[in-house]
Amino acid sequence: MTSPAHLAPRGAAVLVLEDGRAFRGEAYGATGRTVGEAVFSTGMTGYQETLTDPSYRRQVVVMTAPHVGNTGVNDEDHESRRIWVAGYVVRDPALRPSNWRSQRSLEDDLREQGVVGISGIDTRALTRHLRERGAMRVGIFSGDDAEQPVSQLTSVVQEAPLMAGSALAAEVTTPQAYVVPAVGEKRFTVAALDLGIKAMTPTMLAQHGIEVHVLPATSTFEQVRAVGDDGPDGVFFSNGPGDPATADAEVAVLREVLDARIPFFGICFGNQLLGRALGFGTYKLKYGHRGINQPVMDRTTGKVEVTAHNHGFAVDAPLDGEVTAPADADGTAYGRVRVSHVCLNDDVVEGLECLDLPAYSVQYHPEAAAGPHDAAYLFDRFVELMSNNEKGLGL
Amino acid sequence: MGKRDDIKSVLVIGSGPIVIGQACEFDYSGTQACRVLREEGIRVILVNSNPATIMTDPEFADATYVEPITPEVVEAIIARERPDAVLATLGGQTALNCAISLHEAGVLEKYGCPLIGANVEAIQLGEDREKFKGVVERCGGESARSLICHTMDELLAGAEDLGYPVVVRPSFTMGGLGSGFAYDEADLRRIGGAGLQYSPVTEVLLEESILGWKEYELEVMRDHADNVVVVCSIENLDPMGVHTGDSITVAPALTLTDREYQRLRDLGIAIIREVGVDTGGCNIQFAVNPADGRIIVIEMNPRVSRSSALASKATGFPIAKIAAKMAIGYTLDEVPNDITRETPASFEPSLDYVVVKVPRFAFEKFPAADPTLTTTMKSVGEAMAIGRNFTEALQKALRSMERRDSTFHWDGPKPSVEQARTYLHTAKTPTDGRIVTVQQALRGGLSVEEVHEATGIDPWFLDQMELINAIADQVAAATELTPQLLRLAKRHGFSDTQVASLRGMPEAVVRGVRHALGVRPVYKTVDTCAAEFAARTPYHYSSYDEETEVQPRDKPAVLILGSGPNRIGQGVEFDYSCVHASFALRDAGYDTVMVNCNPETVSTDYDTSSRLYFEPLTLEDVLEVVHAEQQAGPVAGVIVQLGGQTPLGLAKALKEAGVPIVGTSPEAIDLAEDRGAFGRVLHEAKLPAPRHGTAYSAEEAVEVAQEIGYPVLVRPSYVLGGRGMEIVYDDETLSGYVTRATIASPEHPVLVDRFLDDAIEIDVDALYDGTEMYLGGIMEHIEEAGIHSGDSACTLPPVTLGVAELERVREATLKLAEGIGVRGLMNVQFALAQDVLYVLEANPRASRTVPFVAKATGVPVAKAAARVMLGATIKELREEGLLPPYGDGGTMPSDAPVAVKEAVLPFKRFRTREGQVVDSLLGPEMRSTGEVMGIDDDFGTAFAKGMLAAGSGLPREGKVFVSVANRDKRAMIFPVKRLADLGFTIVATTGTSEVLRRNGIASEVVHKVSERGLDEESIVDLILDGGIAMVVNTPSGPNARADGYAIRAATTSMDRPIVTTVQELAAAVQGIEAQMRGDFTVKPLQEHARDLDLYGRTPADLAGGVA
Repeated sequence: MTSPAHLAPRGAAVLVLEDGRAFRGEAYGATGRTVGEAVFSTGMTGYQETLTDPSYRRQVVVMTAPHVGNTGVNDEDHESRRIWVAGYVVRDPALRPSNWRSQRSLEDDLREQGVVGISGIDTRALTRHLRERGAMRVGIFSGDDAEQPVSQLTSVVQEAPLMAGSALAAEVTTPQAYVVPAVGEKRFTVAALDLGIKAMTPTMLAQHGIEVHVLPATSTFEQVRAVGDDGPDGVFFSNGPGDPATADAEVAVLREVLDARIPFFGICFGNQLLGRALGFGTYKLKYGHRGINQPVMDRTTGKVEVTAHNHGFAVDAPLDGEVTAPADADGTAYGRVRVSHVCLNDDVVEGLECLDLPAYSVQYHPEAAAGPHDAAYLFDRFVELMSNNEKGLGL
Repeated sequence: MGKRDDIKSVLVIGSGPIVIGQACEFDYSGTQACRVLREEGIRVILVNSNPATIMTDPEFADATYVEPITPEVVEAIIARERPDAVLATLGGQTALNCAISLHEAGVLEKYGCPLIGANVEAIQLGEDREKFKGVVERCGGESARSLICHTMDELLAGAEDLGYPVVVRPSFTMGGLGSGFAYDEADLRRIGGAGLQYSPVTEVLLEESILGWKEYELEVMRDHADNVVVVCSIENLDPMGVHTGDSITVAPALTLTDREYQRLRDLGIAIIREVGVDTGGCNIQFAVNPADGRIIVIEMNPRVSRSSALASKATGFPIAKIAAKMAIGYTLDEVPNDITRETPASFEPSLDYVVVKVPRFAFEKFPAADPTLTTTMKSVGEAMAIGRNFTEALQKALRSMERRDSTFHWDGPKPSVEQARTYLHTAKTPTDGRIVTVQQALRGGLSVEEVHEATGIDPWFLDQMELINAIADQVAAATELTPQLLRLAKRHGFSDTQVASLRGMPEAVVRGVRHALGVRPVYKTVDTCAAEFAARTPYHYSSYDEETEVQPRDKPAVLILGSGPNRIGQGVEFDYSCVHASFALRDAGYDTVMVNCNPETVSTDYDTSSRLYFEPLTLEDVLEVVHAEQQAGPVAGVIVQLGGQTPLGLAKALKEAGVPIVGTSPEAIDLAEDRGAFGRVLHEAKLPAPRHGTAYSAEEAVEVAQEIGYPVLVRPSYVLGGRGMEIVYDDETLSGYVTRATIASPEHPVLVDRFLDDAIEIDVDALYDGTEMYLGGIMEHIEEAGIHSGDSACTLPPVTLGVAELERVREATLKLAEGIGVRGLMNVQFALAQDVLYVLEANPRASRTVPFVAKATGVPVAKAAARVMLGATIKELREEGLLPPYGDGGTMPSDAPVAVKEAVLPFKRFRTREGQVVDSLLGPEMRSTGEVMGIDDDFGTAFAKGMLAAGSGLPREGKVFVSVANRDKRAMIFPVKRLADLGFTIVATTGTSEVLRRNGIASEVVHKVSERGLDEESIVDLILDGGIAMVVNTPSGPNARADGYAIRAATTSMDRPIVTTVQELAAAVQGIEAQMRGDFTVKPLQEHARDLDLYGRTPADLAGGVA
């Protein structure tokens, strides 16, 4: 007897885009309705990390890899305390997980956390649509909602808030500060602003001998400065969801960090905020970078690294040469800046480096999780920066 | 950084003949490399002994040496050409081993032409097992515990230490040759002993067993700026214990979390760096313990491999092409991704589909061989399929095998639990077709856990198979076929045939219903990036999804059906013709659309045709592609004549479905294939055939044989490669054959032909346009008739046929072409016996010899054929310059070089259950996997080159063992005397020695195994000790055959030349003589063609010196 579970009919579900295109499929995860920004992720591994990455807040993630859930879910690979995606779109959900570390099935987790998904649709057609028309709002409707006319559902989708202009860090950040102790001998203390931080980041910092004080996104400069015996050796701004143009308070804190010449490292949202602090603009990409196969050139070494990306916004800075930070009226506050990393696929700015300040940031994810470890050296750079600062060696 | 400016010319070393473990994937990679280098303005010098390859076409290199790939010959080429560098990482183990020999002999240094890609140190670090263990350790990885052994004593002691079972791996062999599992001391003595022999350095690695672990491979690329990318991950469905070439494999890896995958990636990257592969691709294999995730690094190949070809096709990332660019100085970020054009190659492909590869075996050709799959590769080909999920890809791959029993089925009642347990017991041992047995076990109700326990196959895959079974139940139980149900079945890869069998209705009806309900596939694109960027390359696969990506087009399209997985009798030769047709028709203004499922080939390179459909070659799959292309624009027709029997077999059904077939019509094809119809063609043309009859039972067969006289040649109708063909001398054997084969039935009769003893067999490839014939070439077989033409050596031009005989061959060929109604290529086999020219068979399609004819005569016959099929006349092609203006391959000038084709046989690969190599006797059933060509001014030298290229060069001195059948004793005397005169010592068995003595030839007597005294050495011992340089052993009847077996087996395992026919002995003597006159001279095909100057001939030349 073949297990009937394999063919237990799933309920109907429909995915509706704000431009009216609809895909009919089957309910996956929780049943109900959800709206958000439709984005696609091309990673072939790491769905557990993706789902629990706070940067995906309010986004409906389309997986281009057809089979999702094969390795189940374990308690080791979470990047935060919960699943953040607003909805989940897969083609072929796993029937049952198979992996020595698997503890339960992915769909159970999705159901438990109320994540509405859809399966069995032509995810490639949807991805191509998003690529051609750009990221847009989307809704997934299952259960009774799936029976509504598409025109009506389209209106529901069109009423959802846009990603541009959304401030989301406060929704995902830790309510209370916490400390991740250094692994081995403690060398430095760092204040890490949680704008939607992934667990692997403090883990990697800790592995470099750093005691990480993770602070809520709303922390003030005084609270940042209160970390450590004599203030922090460095400040870190994490990844996170939302439009960087809304993060004026965080940018103000960052300017104070720069003014105080405290070594600074930013990742993803943190990179966008460094850009804004220095006076550059940020803009929304047509459909963003979401995957773990993106080629980035480190312009210092000329080497290419394959990196994990998850960003819908980017910094607008001149690619070539050094420029004086636009926010620096007389050229003495922040000094010179250069674009240190570039995505080779589309020349998007992937990293900034201050030449007269101990500050740098990258748009992508050196902490990986999910993704390749090629860019892990960036944590060494932070240690080096703090070490030089401590010895008074300058940059 | 860009291209190095110090490299103006490169010698590319090819991989030689197709053998098991090294097939046409190296033609694909080599062709890509040659193309890239020439585009970069580099002078390309190529050496490859395999004429069936596309890379050896004169247009792919500046100087193409079809010469043996031995260090001596390659040195001669280097001395003549003085290349700036040598590229050996794209020609498999053959090229790598040759490069190492050249390095060790100081040749590379002497001529200042270093290796590019991987240097010798890197090759040795990667290939030398002990050194590689050090590499793994330095990279923080683990190797299986192991010991290096050089003697049997060391092996036995080592196994005690590690504990049985142990893995035996000889060093420096390809395709895992000689490796295997030893469960006890007897196994170890057998496998280990053989392993010591196979290893060129008499070295064997003994290893702890990781049988049953999960197996993964990564394809890694590096450039000289130390940028590294992982192109593809591959997961083996068959766990550790089965060679990856024999495993069903899946891309991408499907059962690893990101953390686990990244650990493999980190190790892979660390290893390629530590080994020091400067630039290019390499392949790293891992075993993962399914219980706890412990990783063991198994091995790495510091070169492009079979898996690289698979990974290239699976991802759209052309590894060999990019490796060639890296080798001449580019970095990954400087090379654009061909498919997106806008993004660079310094990324890692992302797949939004699943790829499954299934190996194809040929055990039916070697009934004595043990069919258990081990760490020695035994498959002869493979098919790959792409689907939007695993079930779709798997079922497509299984039907791509083109074997009735290769696909999942639900015939008969559900197996009982007892039956299912029996299936499971069988499935514990990996064999060809195990997956279907597993499916039946699951169908019988066994749990995924139980099946996993027994087979080691990951539960995830088993679960998917259970899903397929569940859908089958639903299809069978439904009251009617609804669109939803059909779509569900189709999305999980069910063919119309499978649905038909589940519903008990004809396939055509299922298809009709499906079409009426609008359930048709769409075609997606392989784009390297999961649709993140727009693809510019139409490389498609079918899927039952929503949106198709086939673009409309304006030009008329020609669909070319390829030949599917390589098998004995249908290999790279047919791919050659398909690829040439595509090139020629693109040049002539058509869009060409290739349909094929063989990932090893050039035809499935997305660069070859205007469009590529990676699809199974079944009627259903082809009809859907035709439909999709008819929707996209005008279709001029479908070519079925070039891909061998696979597409030819579809011709009739395609035509019936209204598909336009170009070239020879399906009716004409039938005329040649149907015995009765062909008999009428022969009768009308007044051409004799050997007496023959058709039998539907054993009794009838005996009747026919008595009527026409023994010996007879018997075979099933409609076969390729002489499948099941035997020469039979008496009633008893004949009726045994028919009964055993159970092949005689009303639809499939047995053909009984009078076998012509002592005939000369002649092979002809000709082109016919309806009025004019162009004779591509006339080949004379060196072995007598009765040896399958694919296994027989042959020579072009013929060396013993006179002008009058050649004229008769021409006339007969023309009459056949007219009688059958050929438009395009035709191959005819004749036998000349007692001055009568018999027609053995005529095949209105491209033959195995087309590429050989093209190389030997310098005329692109396959290209011309494609044009003729689309309506061009031979006259037009002569005027255009595609064909020579006057004369043809049947009128070669008297000073034309002689080209000899020699077959390469895989006997060494196969072992009986007792561990002996299988018998190497040639017969009417084809068993060679590949071929080589020797070309030179005279027959002897060309033959000697052919033998050398085939892997067992003729000796220059030493002992020759002679033992011939009585009927051959007279014919042997002259050549054996000549060998004695040339200084060889003749060794013979008692009977043969006596005959030689009476003819004044001295010989040493040696005993047969059965005659040997207690402390005497038998001939087998002598051979195994290396004391015999060449063996001449012609079999005499069924009983003596068994006696000769041990002799031939020993010779085969020692890689010494073995001559099994008197005709071949004469050729060998000529070859030895030529060899003794001095070292081989080398000459590229381009110079041969220039000297031959077929295109410059005038009618006056033809009237004069014709061979």
